[in-house]
Amino acid sequence: MSLVATSGGDALVLARTHERAAEAAREAEAAPPAAEAALVGGAPVPVLQLEGISLSFGGITALDGIDLAVANGEIRAIIGPNGAGKSSLLNVVSGLYRPDRGMVRLGSERFAHVPTSRLAALGVARTFQNLALFKGLPVLDNVITGFVHRRRAGFVRQILSTPQARREEAESRAASEDVIAFLHLDAVKHQLAGGLPYGVQKRVELARALVARPQLLLLDEPLAGVTLGEKQELAAHISNTRDAYGTTIVLIEHDIGVVMGLSDRIAVLDYGRKIADGTPDEVRSDQAVIDAYLGVAHEGETELVV
Amino acid sequence: MTTAAHPVAGRRLTANHLGIAVLLTAAYGVIPFAGSDYLLDAVLTPFLALALAALGLNLLTGYAGQVSLGSAAFLAVGAYAAYNFNLRVHELPFLVSLVAAGRVAAAVGVGFGLPSLRLRGFYLAVSTLAAQFFVQWALTKFGWFSNDSPSGVIDAPPLAVAGITFSGAVGRYLFSLTVVVISTLLAIRLLRSQVGRNFIALRDNETAAKVIGVPLLRTKLLAFGVSSFIVGIAGVLWAFAYLRTVEPAGFNLDRSFGILFIIIIGGLASIRGAVLGAAFMVVFPLLLSRLGAALLGDIFNSGVLEMSQRIVIGALIIGLLIAEPRGLIALVDRLAEPILRRFSRPLSRSTQS
Repeated sequence: MSLVATSGGDALVLARTHERAAEAAREAEAAPPAAEAALVGGAPVPVLQLEGISLSFGGITALDGIDLAVANGEIRAIIGPNGAGKSSLLNVVSGLYRPDRGMVRLGSERFAHVPTSRLAALGVARTFQNLALFKGLPVLDNVITGFVHRRRAGFVRQILSTPQARREEAESRAASEDVIAFLHLDAVKHQLAGGLPYGVQKRVELARALVARPQLLLLDEPLAGVTLGEKQELAAHISNTRDAYGTTIVLIEHDIGVVMGLSDRIAVLDYGRKIADGTPDEVRSDQAVIDAYLGVAHEGETELVV
Repeated sequence: MTTAAHPVAGRRLTANHLGIAVLLTAAYGVIPFAGSDYLLDAVLTPFLALALAALGLNLLTGYAGQVSLGSAAFLAVGAYAAYNFNLRVHELPFLVSLVAAGRVAAAVGVGFGLPSLRLRGFYLAVSTLAAQFFVQWALTKFGWFSNDSPSGVIDAPPLAVAGITFSGAVGRYLFSLTVVVISTLLAIRLLRSQVGRNFIALRDNETAAKVIGVPLLRTKLLAFGVSSFIVGIAGVLWAFAYLRTVEPAGFNLDRSFGILFIIIIGGLASIRGAVLGAAFMVVFPLLLSRLGAALLGDIFNSGVLEMSQRIVIGALIIGLLIAEPRGLIALVDRLAEPILRRFSRPLSRSTQS
């Protein structure tokens, strides 16, 4: 915005280009390391890279030397039986857990412990397994709050509604309206989030994570606990998100059927170790996966609840 | 911009605005002339001070979800700070000492809010008790705060703003009313901004708030600061406009609980709830004593009154927590809804045409 404003004297033809540049700059500001890294040498540098992540709780190993590289723009699923360490892995990436060993690389920055409070500024957003909405806020306000890390105006400016505070409010509101329309939430946007059906709440959480256009989106069981119809709808929203915004998506899932169709690559965890990593077809025919996770292969069965 | 697309929201706003306009007209235009000195001095002025204190606590506890049992301490800090600014800085306009007193209360509040960075729920509530006991102790122990008066008693100076002295029951009422209206408007603006959303985000899901990028530390301390600021201003009203002679013992734990009960009974996370709760807490003992005297005669003395008051309020809190955790204001809203709908139908039709 400010870029456009300072170039007020330029020819009108240039205004569009400037606007796009400003947009790109703003996006880069949100995820400077990731955006730069993705361009280095033209080679696909991973948006997220895990290097030997190990984590244990009181002697019980949750994660054991996990390596993982997620390429820009891919949808990567992480599957595994209950207790395989999937959620722990996501919590390590979002800094809620500190790994005992190993490093997390987000774009060009490496962390032994990802700073959660900087997560949004690093261009990473996530959803939670058991919904983590702000139940007392309407849907629109939940989504607007997803934009909070871009806001600079202090509380006095907000009370007095200075031009800066008004501009920030308008920006975050416009971005929220966009993503609300994108996820077909218009009809409920003024309702309290806590009172909505589970499947809709899941979509609201997705909207809140998406509003700041993250470089990397982490979804913890986005399809768990919803009806089959909602499942297909949510899966469609997830792949549309990647296509429309170019977001890299890492998702944890139980539902093999949906994951196979949705993901570009799948990593399989078992007892805290990565036992397979590849395309859906490779994973499907991997003997270790069949043994550990699928058990006896059921031909034609799309849903398998473990 | 959403009023046209969402008649429900628009309609409710209109009804709300109408109600507020009626209330303000009555408060400024009718009550000062029609109300007796007793009504103004013993009912409305303490009601205004308590409503403001409850509003301040509601920001912290109802909206930001940080329980505090130290409200009376911040009332006391406000009252004694304003007294000292007025006493020690010559020719300081009273409004300046009022705001400065609020800022002192805010600073003390931020200090006692520091444990909230580590503690939550019950443990935080206990740590805010420290504020309650420390402030009361300090005001009694150090004579400087009360200009060395015995047992810390202070006498309020006259309320003078821009050469006008607000004396008498009507003057003090109008002064309190204006302070409360302005503070409430500012609080509403704050709650409608991103800061207000951050408060609720913090309350509803701290982990999610942190992941999204809500600055937890700053938001918590801000909640303590703003809340204590407002409670401090309420303390000035309580001491200077209502009682006019106060001592530290008046700001005891009972007072803190009283303010907490106001927001539990009135409605957590509701500004109207704080006002309604304060009205209830002021009017209820008066009604109870009238009722008791009428029914039971002389047996219903002040001791019995106080006892029965506690019993009823205690029972009411338990009942409300079970049946309607959103407080009296939720009951009122539910009762008023059909009436409002009938009234607003012609209104919405007129906006459509």
